[in-house]
Amino acid sequence: MDKKKDFRREPLTDTQLLMMITVIIFLAMYFLAMALLGGGFLHAQQIFDMLNDNAPLIIVSCGLTIVMIGGGIDISVGAVTSLVVMSCVLFLNNGGNIFTSILLALGIGLAFGLVQGFLISYLEIQPFIVTLAGMFFARGMTTILSVNPQKAENGAFNALREKKIEIGFLGYTAKNGNFVPARMELGVVLALLIVLVIFILLRYFRLGRGFYAMGGNQQSALMLGINVKRTRFMSYVISGLLSGISGYVFMMHTGAGNATNAAGMEMNAIASSIIGGTLLTGGVGNVFGTFFGTMTLTTIKKIVVSSGLNEPWWQSITTGGMLCFFILLQSVVLGRRNRSKKV
Amino acid sequence: MKEKFMKFRKGGLGQLTIPLIAIAILILFNLIRDPGFFSIEITHNNDGNAVLAGNLISVINGASELAVLAIGMTLVTAACGGQDISVGAAAAIAGSAFVKVLKSGPSISGGTVLLAFLCACIVAMLFAAFNGVLVAVFKIQPMIATLILYTCGRSIAYWINGGATPTVDSPIIRAIGRFIPGVPLPTPVLIVAGVTILFMLIFHFTSLELFTQSVGINGSAARLNGINDTFIKLLSFIILGFCVAVAGCIGVSRLELINHETLLLDVEMDAILAVAIGGNNLGGGKFKISGSIIGAYVIQILTTTLYAMKVSSTDVKAYKAVVIVLLVVIGSPVIKAKFAKLMARGRSSKQRVSMKGAK
Amino acid sequence: MQDNVILQMRNIEKSFPGVRALGGVDFTLRKGEIHALMGENGAGKSTLIKVLTGVYQMDEGEIIVDGQKAVIRSPQDAQNTGISTVYQEITLCPNLTVAENMFIGRGADLLVKQKEYEKRADEILGNLGIPARSRQILGSCSLAVQQMVAIARAVDMQCKVLILDEPTSSLDDKEVNLLFELMRNLKSQGVGIIFVTHFLEQVYEVSDRITVLRNGELVGEYLTEDLPQVELVARMMGKELDELNSLGENEEKKTQNGEVFYEASSLSSSDALPFDFTIHKGEVNGFTGLLGSGRSESVRAIFGADKIGGGEVKIKGEAVKITKPIEAMKHGIGYLAEDRKRDGIIADLSVRENIILALQVMNGFFKPISRSESEAFADEYIKALNIKTASRETPIGSLSGGNQQKVILARWLLTHPDYLILDEPTRGIDVGTKLEIQKLVLKLAEEGVSVTFISSEVEEMLRTCSRLIVMRDRHIVGELKGKDLNQKKVMETIAGGES
Repeated sequence: MDKKKDFRREPLTDTQLLMMITVIIFLAMYFLAMALLGGGFLHAQQIFDMLNDNAPLIIVSCGLTIVMIGGGIDISVGAVTSLVVMSCVLFLNNGGNIFTSILLALGIGLAFGLVQGFLISYLEIQPFIVTLAGMFFARGMTTILSVNPQKAENGAFNALREKKIEIGFLGYTAKNGNFVPARMELGVVLALLIVLVIFILLRYFRLGRGFYAMGGNQQSALMLGINVKRTRFMSYVISGLLSGISGYVFMMHTGAGNATNAAGMEMNAIASSIIGGTLLTGGVGNVFGTFFGTMTLTTIKKIVVSSGLNEPWWQSITTGGMLCFFILLQSVVLGRRNRSKKV
Repeated sequence: MKEKFMKFRKGGLGQLTIPLIAIAILILFNLIRDPGFFSIEITHNNDGNAVLAGNLISVINGASELAVLAIGMTLVTAACGGQDISVGAAAAIAGSAFVKVLKSGPSISGGTVLLAFLCACIVAMLFAAFNGVLVAVFKIQPMIATLILYTCGRSIAYWINGGATPTVDSPIIRAIGRFIPGVPLPTPVLIVAGVTILFMLIFHFTSLELFTQSVGINGSAARLNGINDTFIKLLSFIILGFCVAVAGCIGVSRLELINHETLLLDVEMDAILAVAIGGNNLGGGKFKISGSIIGAYVIQILTTTLYAMKVSSTDVKAYKAVVIVLLVVIGSPVIKAKFAKLMARGRSSKQRVSMKGAK
Repeated sequence: MQDNVILQMRNIEKSFPGVRALGGVDFTLRKGEIHALMGENGAGKSTLIKVLTGVYQMDEGEIIVDGQKAVIRSPQDAQNTGISTVYQEITLCPNLTVAENMFIGRGADLLVKQKEYEKRADEILGNLGIPARSRQILGSCSLAVQQMVAIARAVDMQCKVLILDEPTSSLDDKEVNLLFELMRNLKSQGVGIIFVTHFLEQVYEVSDRITVLRNGELVGEYLTEDLPQVELVARMMGKELDELNSLGENEEKKTQNGEVFYEASSLSSSDALPFDFTIHKGEVNGFTGLLGSGRSESVRAIFGADKIGGGEVKIKGEAVKITKPIEAMKHGIGYLAEDRKRDGIIADLSVRENIILALQVMNGFFKPISRSESEAFADEYIKALNIKTASRETPIGSLSGGNQQKVILARWLLTHPDYLILDEPTRGIDVGTKLEIQKLVLKLAEEGVSVTFISSEVEEMLRTCSRLIVMRDRHIVGELKGKDLNQKKVMETIAGGES
């Protein structure tokens, strides 16, 4: 104990440690790719492309991180995203305006969050089953709305969709001599904003700290006077709301609704959270980690493609391998923590 | 007589009450909707066999893969207190291995099929063992551990096939997937019956049931009674691996091709659902295989009913979700407790009334 | 004197189905005093604490805090009344910082005022002399510090009564001293402290007053300086000293005969320090000592229940290796665990399945006991041990404690062990069943089974054992047999020799 006193700075927490590992691995991978593969990796646009493609995933992963920190799980996020895309596209095509369509997106997400949160927190039904049902319902509703892909044909919306933020100094000169500035979609700004907001929520708000307390030890949280039921309810509500936002961002990116939109997104989001250092057992996690988790996941896929492993299976096989690595890493970290606790 | 009634009221059927009632309601609903819904007729198929046909047969036939998987899933759930979400992907791998071996020789004989099936079993069990080690030895939650294979399993299956979706053309495979000449029942139904009997024998000739339940209910006590809980958990995964191989091979034979993307798609969710509908606690412990099998048929009847009502195959999920929510809400501990309280209040007030009457 | 009283519990009664846990207990706590609440297992002290903290509702009686009648229905009520509890198991969140653990769940601010909390936390920690920093993650602190943080939280919530429930059981000497300093500090600030522990030395080191409970009844309240250690042990264990002297002539009935069945030398495990131990065929011996003295850990080592550290074991003269329960069972050893709920019963399984479990494990995976056979076994033991159950298929979890224990006993008897270890088989069960179990132990010994019998009630052990191994602070401090087998001697040895 005296030894510990000598340290000026606090030792890394599990959250920080796991996030650091992810960030380091991400950076190492990216620099390695720049050095060995070159090509697209040398352009800033590569990063922006990754962000443009993954803004919805980043958003739902944030929601899932909150749920997982609280010790739960939400596998409905991908399906809700898909449902929101389809509903909003149809709504816009049938004369809806942008403002109302945003409300619709938020409303659908919120509705899923409220119902699922109620069933899980107040009726004490297992989160996996409830959100599985939510996933089924959202997927089914999507196809009920339309089996065929629907393209957004709302002029105002498409104009909004085309708005991209151009960053001149990060651009590059293409082979034909034209200068191409780096382009970032509006959704990315929103996604980054959400990462920041959720970070602040988790860090500085009573509710956010409640998620950690509940995930760390539910019994203790109760004894410390936290309203565990309401806190758990809120975690699902936020996750649902973020799924709604994610759906809108997804639509801004693709401009079309499709029944297979965001297929498997829930598992990608879980994987992102895990790679980013969130433990499914709860109490440990950080949205910045989740952000880097998403980027790591995307980078490995890009690397697989760029390095000439063109067969379609390599992407998910490397993703799986990577997930395995991170899960085992967590198991070791957890084991270390538990052992030190016992002594 | 009164005792029997009381026993029934206390739920004499135990955990099977809800799934059985669900089946009864579904059947009744269908009979009212279409009295001929469950009629069975004899038709002649393309091979000239006299076979049974009808909605009932297609329900029983269609649920075959699910029923087999539900058996294995129940064991994993009971022992580990969590579920394997990689069964669909693993079935694709097993199916690919099956096809790979089938296509390795010039022609497909009975021996080749058997060999191919054994290979599929070994491959599936190895992957299951990988999951099992993560869960039992590294103490990772089953859902997270199996997320790995869920992510990359179908790609591994694709890789085994060398990037193709090969078809299998053989009368033997057709017989497995559809009908054996001279037998009026679909072969998958016979396979499910066979697997069920196999498990009944396993439960009869080993202590699997007792040990699995002990580990699932109270791991600490089980260990102090000399049970190797790590082994039991691993074993439950390996058994699930076998079930996955059987389901994968049925699926392949039915379609006579292996498509890594669509083979048994989303079956893991249905399998977990079957376990839950069967009244088994997803947190592990006491289990009833029969419940899970009935659960599988509940899901299939529901699906078939919806199809019969002209709901398209993609929309079915939405209706299914509503039924699931209804089932779990009825089974929720909070609702049960509220209901019990209500019943108790009713009973005590009735008693009070009768006591007053006696005075 | 009277206005000094901060908490008064009067005539507290509390029953559970089949057991009367508290029968009219009084308890008084004064301002600025450290009051030790003593009693062995089942004495009712934890029930009393739980009534006070709102975990249980009392059946009868009243609680008066600061002169006003208090209604305590939940832990929250208790906190609002000014009663705070620090449990043996830390009820804080290990993944949050020290400051957060002190302030979370209080007040209704939307934002967490981290800076302010940290400043206040540092202040409080400094005032109380707790060696922790506010920004430290709680899990990285030692258990003692975690406990102190819980105390600091309680203090900051203006508690008048602080309950410390076995706070020292997982602390080392240095940490205990830190805790005691903190307790004295609080005492000087006028907080009334209820100190529950099973370490006698600590009681004498820090407490001002002692209340002793036994079997749910109040034995008495004493000033610590007026009550010698031996007398305290005697009051806890149930015999007045004078009475004890007159007892102690009922030995000689059991003599050791026959060969040595089990012999261990310097056996140790992850939880038990090395010890030597021998038991003869047909002998009943006992491990005694207060809770936490290492008696359970030692017998667990014999059974291979914890990770074995080292040592040699011989059974019937032959060297054997026992590192896992199954190996012990194969050598004819049975073990009835101390914590019935956690380590004994498989709650959702039926009485029948619970009875055959151990035998089934020994028979092996591929030789299941048939249904009819297992039914016969179950019926036989339900009858032989007079187990009260609706049927053999009733889940064991719904039986009363005593009957659950009998089922577990039946489980081990069915394996026909040569050596049976019974750790607290009589804990928390009714007197009738206690006697039945003791009789059974003697009968088994007559049949040639070696038995190790552990009980918190020395009387029981004297009645059954022909040899007692006494432990204190995880070491064997004495072995009593023959003439020395009497309450007085046992208690002297437990308390530390001098009287």
